[in-house]
Amino acid sequence: MTGLLEVEDLHVWFDLQDGGELHAVQGVSLSVEPGERLGLVGESGCGKTTTALAVMGLLPPSASVAGRVLLDGEDILAGGESTIRPHRWVDVAIVFQGAMNALNPVRTVASQIVEALELHGRARGAQARAEAGELLESVGIPAGRGERFPHELSGGMRQRAAIAMALSCRPRILIADEPTTALDVMVQAQILELLDALCRDFGLALLLVTHDLPVVAQLCDQGTVMYAGEIVERGSVDDLFHAPRHPYSRLLFAATPDLDGEGDEVASIPGAPPRLDRPLAGCPFRPRCDSAFSPCASLRPRLQTVGDRHAAACHLNGVPAEAAR
Amino acid sequence: MSVNGNRQLLEVEDLVVQYAVARGLIGAVRRTPRQSVHAVDGVTLSVRAGELLALVGESGCGKTTTAQAVLRLVDAVSGTIRFEGREITRLGARSLRPLRRRMQIVYQDPYESLDPRLRVQATVEEPLLIHGLGGSKAERTERVRAALARVELSPPELFLDRFPHELSGGQRQRVAIAAGLVLEPRLLVADEPVSMLDVSVRAGVLHLLNGLRESGLGILMITHDLSTAARFADRIAVMYLGRIVEEGAAREIVRNPQHPYTKALLSVVPRRDPRDRMRPQILSGETPDAVRIPSGCRFHPRCPVAIEECRDHDPLLRRPHKAETPEHRAACILA
Ligand SMILES: Nc1ncnc2c1ncn2[C@@H]1O[C@H](COP(=O)(O)OP(=O)(O)O)[C@@H](O)[C@H]1O
Ligand SMILES: [Mg+2]
Repeated sequence: MTGLLEVEDLHVWFDLQDGGELHAVQGVSLSVEPGERLGLVGESGCGKTTTALAVMGLLPPSASVAGRVLLDGEDILAGGESTIRPHRWVDVAIVFQGAMNALNPVRTVASQIVEALELHGRARGAQARAEAGELLESVGIPAGRGERFPHELSGGMRQRAAIAMALSCRPRILIADEPTTALDVMVQAQILELLDALCRDFGLALLLVTHDLPVVAQLCDQGTVMYAGEIVERGSVDDLFHAPRHPYSRLLFAATPDLDGEGDEVASIPGAPPRLDRPLAGCPFRPRCDSAFSPCASLRPRLQTVGDRHAAACHLNGVPAEAAR
Repeated sequence: MSVNGNRQLLEVEDLVVQYAVARGLIGAVRRTPRQSVHAVDGVTLSVRAGELLALVGESGCGKTTTAQAVLRLVDAVSGTIRFEGREITRLGARSLRPLRRRMQIVYQDPYESLDPRLRVQATVEEPLLIHGLGGSKAERTERVRAALARVELSPPELFLDRFPHELSGGQRQRVAIAAGLVLEPRLLVADEPVSMLDVSVRAGVLHLLNGLRESGLGILMITHDLSTAARFADRIAVMYLGRIVEEGAAREIVRNPQHPYTKALLSVVPRRDPRDRMRPQILSGETPDAVRIPSGCRFHPRCPVAIEECRDHDPLLRRPHKAETPEHRAACILA
């Protein structure tokens, strides 16, 4: 089974002003299959956005990257800009975190999409305008509304426009970074319904990046939980909720209040994630973990298979030798 | 502090707050009449000592304006606000002053609400200085420590000398709450107190508010998150376009909602359990703006069950037929 998109042992370091280095992504591997919806969740600062930007080849110059990003088996990071440019937007596109607030304020929404279409050589002139109208309609923006400026549209409409822009080259994979974070619950539901429909109708694969577990639980098939720059657990969303194999996943769900859970003990996780600008010893989650034991202090757990498409990086799941079988 | 579960701390009746909207150049040239937004259009609510009322609704529905009017930061056009039994709707600045310290607000964003140049000690002490309270320097320091202990920033010595940037988001919000508590208020208005915080630390701040409520504080918490309201509030009031459309015990509102808007809102809250697949009832559009409030029931254009009568009949809050608790109210002729 080869994934459409496979990330292998991705590392990202940022050079810091003070001469130090911040290890933002520490060996992330994940794969997205055609039409699949994968959720990437974790607290802010755990490296979700950095992972997404690395896949797109859009990190700032202060970043160094190691690892591979395979698209249909081809390493698109290998040759830098020259190998990634043919695929960026065309095969993999991203709706940036906060994109709805980053639209060009002095251009109408439709003309921004026309510009994107022309830039990528998808269409010109009248045809580009017609295509822009179609794109806008496919994300639920009625024809005439495209002629408005971003500030004349509601937050939900601007987010739809940002999604339309990302879809202008008809990519196969859409990365959506916190697409509903600043939205009201009803508008959030509208955007989630849209993403759901886009996946269904166009066979689009989705990498949904969010800190909001219930959103992943409802929209995605598979989930990946990140902590301190690495993946600590991945599996079906059902396994993550009903049979988590990493204490962080379990505690994160337990920290999230649920509408029907009035008797639940909603508890926060003590402490805070570790700093990433210094080396980590042992398990990065150990200081906040409720089940740490002796090996956790010295040995960093590796991600190991614990079930069907289910893996976790926790010593509780057995000694590494056992999993290496 | 004595806990008196039945004493009304805050009573708001028929509150109306309007904002004038700029006419824009064209409006001014055409001499169209100056319009006003009914940001709050007849809100009635109450908070008892030792009670947490969650005011929920989409952004722009008037939650924050209601809170600001309660705190007398904006003026009411009509209606009454009673605090500790005394009407304060039209009190002048001078008579308000001693009351101000008894009602405090905690804002959404602890990154913005704390002065980055002030250490924790100075931030928490500042309200005492402003109100000329707290006696000597040593006595004030003692009160600052006590406030920090109440928000579980202990030992206080560890935090007194820190700057906001040296604190985590959860710790900053606790400092902001401590700065509110140092004046020993009776009412705390918390405007989206955890929405900017990481999921892993939200519960801690909410448990803290819950503990304060148990010690007798009345809390008006504004939130757009129904899951949080369901878990932490005693009562929930649902607001739509400047009005409260449904109100009751938190459990009752979540389990037995009677207003179609409440039902829709509850249906779109994502559940943690993937097996608990939502059947979302997605309303089209967004909250219409308060400049053009629809006739009749203001919710009727988006209402999935509206009937002809809803176009011109503006429903009052009353006990719905299917109410299971006495305090349940809904503003819908079909409820
Ligand atoms: N341009 C940058 N320079 C230095 N550090 C950065 C930069 N961008 C992100 N980081 C750091 O990398 C880590 C991961 O950040 P990010 O990928 O934004 O996390 P998330 O999206 O999960 O919130 C954080 O510690 C963050 O401060
Ligand atoms: Mg991010």
